Amino acid sequence: MKKILTALALGASAVFASGAADAATLDQVKQKGFLQCGVSTGLPGFSNPDSKGEWTGLDVDLCRAVAAAIFDDPSKVRFSPLTAKDRFTALQSGEVDILSRNSTWTLSRDATQGLNFTATNYYDGQGFLVRKSLGVKSAMELNGASVCTQSGTTTELNVADFFRSNNLQYEVVAFQGQEETLKAYESGRCEVFTSDQSQLYALRLKLADKDEHVILPELISKEPLATAVRQGDDQWFDIVKWVHYGMLNAEEAGITSQNVKDMLNSPNPDIKRMLGAEGNFGEQIGLTKDWLARIVTKVGNYGEAFDRSVGKGSPLQIERGKNALWSKGGLQYGPPIR
Amino acid sequence: MSDVAFGNDQPFVRKEILQPEPPPASLVGISGWARQNLFAGPANTLLSVVCLALAIYVAWIMLDFLVLRAVWTGANREACIAPGVGACWPFITARFGQLLYGFYPAEEHWRPATVFFVAVALIAPLLTPAAPYKKANALLFFVAFPIFAVIMLSGGVFGLRPVETRAWGGLLVTLVVATTGIVASLPLGVLLALGRRSKLPVVRFFAIAFIEFWRGVPLITVLFFATYMLPLFLPSGWTIDGLLRALVGVSLFSAAYMAEVVRGGLQAIPKGQYEGAMAMGLRYWPMMILIVLPQALKLVIPGIVNTFIGLFKDTTLVAIVSIFDFLGIIRAAFADPNWATPGTVYTGFAFAGIVYFIFCYGMSRYSRFVEERLDVGHKH
Repeated sequence: MKKILTALALGASAVFASGAADAATLDQVKQKGFLQCGVSTGLPGFSNPDSKGEWTGLDVDLCRAVAAAIFDDPSKVRFSPLTAKDRFTALQSGEVDILSRNSTWTLSRDATQGLNFTATNYYDGQGFLVRKSLGVKSAMELNGASVCTQSGTTTELNVADFFRSNNLQYEVVAFQGQEETLKAYESGRCEVFTSDQSQLYALRLKLADKDEHVILPELISKEPLATAVRQGDDQWFDIVKWVHYGMLNAEEAGITSQNVKDMLNSPNPDIKRMLGAEGNFGEQIGLTKDWLARIVTKVGNYGEAFDRSVGKGSPLQIERGKNALWSKGGLQYGPPIR
Repeated sequence: MSDVAFGNDQPFVRKEILQPEPPPASLVGISGWARQNLFAGPANTLLSVVCLALAIYVAWIMLDFLVLRAVWTGANREACIAPGVGACWPFITARFGQLLYGFYPAEEHWRPATVFFVAVALIAPLLTPAAPYKKANALLFFVAFPIFAVIMLSGGVFGLRPVETRAWGGLLVTLVVATTGIVASLPLGVLLALGRRSKLPVVRFFAIAFIEFWRGVPLITVLFFATYMLPLFLPSGWTIDGLLRALVGVSLFSAAYMAEVVRGGLQAIPKGQYEGAMAMGLRYWPMMILIVLPQALKLVIPGIVNTFIGLFKDTTLVAIVSIFDFLGIIRAAFADPNWATPGTVYTGFAFAGIVYFIFCYGMSRYSRFVEERLDVGHKH
């Protein structure tokens, strides 16, 4: 039923090809006075309401950064929590302006869902959680292990591919839901628990003694969690893309929410260009000259957002890993602002 | 037979009636009741023992988890992380405001609270048969109160800060959706049921089409369609409030079910009642309102309350269209890494279960009370 509805929605929007997608999203957002941002219904560290009812997380911070760039006010954003099934329909129908909802960037989604992925906010991938007492340091040492997975998911297929291609013996113990799978792992039904790595960090908190379990460094699948916008509005596409790149550039240049005031007087031409002291780079994408200064002042650079949401400053304690800047061995690379 | 001497010649005549003997000890008191009802035979005894053991076992598990091993105070997950602890109540306490009001701004919480207390103050006398001024009370609750509630909750007038419905959530939304659905579905359902039994073909066709359409479509689909598909068909720039869309969907949906329940009652009324009413010169509406409906509705009280309770629990489906009802906000709270512990999920669901049970059991008890009160004659 859902599929039919989604297909209907896409079909209808393709036929009408009117309304939301045609008008410039930036103008609409300015007119409304706020940004409508699609997030998850609750994914620890990416988008979840805190105890005061404020949405927090890495995906949420991207939306706040876009709001800061447009309005100079990160609170001018409203969040629509979306389930995995509704998310693309909601973006398509104009319910939300940005979809920042831990969605994996794939070719078929890019091609058929009427959306464009702007940039990868978080490089995720499937990983392994094992007991420390097992003494395993790498997934290559998992020969003969029993692996708990959620049944009927791509996780199960990825595990099969990984073990077969590395000529390792394994045994799959599959369960219906995430919680059940975790309980099975905890009660010793299997030695290894596999899921997306960011999930593993969140689920590890639910174990009785989280320090007895480690997450192995290998990623066996590519899950680039990317932000998406509707097709057909290139200006809006550029804005959302460059907000992410801007936050990366700010981190690389060492501009933080703490020192951005001092950095405005920096003689460094790169920083001058970023913060709008030189050139009109913000205006070229439809924003103001000080767009990046606004973002960093109000939200922070990518590293700050990462640490606060999922990294060292949060209970999740996720390592930067693949999400480190390219200059530090990671994949996060912001094209130059010039 | 030989004569028996009684001391004098008078035959024995009992002067007063003997007091009856008490029943044997095995039939009276707790032990007698237990003997009759619990241990009447080997099969009965076995069943009783097994059920009792099961009940005690379950009760013990719940008591153990919810009270004995529970953690009562704490600031974050560290409090509930120790091995062997039970329910993590500080998780509920920390989010209590959110569970009640969702994302409603904290400094405005007095507004939904006022609405709630006014609602209780109006409903309680309405549901108590002995309370006076029923008409004025009903008028206040069904006409004045909704206006008052909308003004208080959404604000924007009289200096109240506007709070858009997107920020509403928690128990507030559950009660708003359930109350609206219940209050709207009963009259609509009665009209539809009458329409379906009408002799006018157009009215009948419309009623049948409406009922069968809404009964044939899952509520999830209705909500999904109303939320994500409607904007595609409306002219751009038009928006309908998301909560309002869900309210309309839920009301129409439950009205269709209500119509079928009421139709069952209408069919149970003997034809003589209709004929008697017509013979007295009553036209259609007086006949229905004075003679038929009072009897029909009384017959189907269990069915009506069943629909209400079903509707109350179905409100959780609004979570599918990103409205955080009571259960939805609890589930969202699970995602907070500051409270991720082994027991968080169980605590949350246990709390939700207790709250839903209180509401549903309350409705069920009240329906029993109304049934008994209206149970005059017609003992079948």
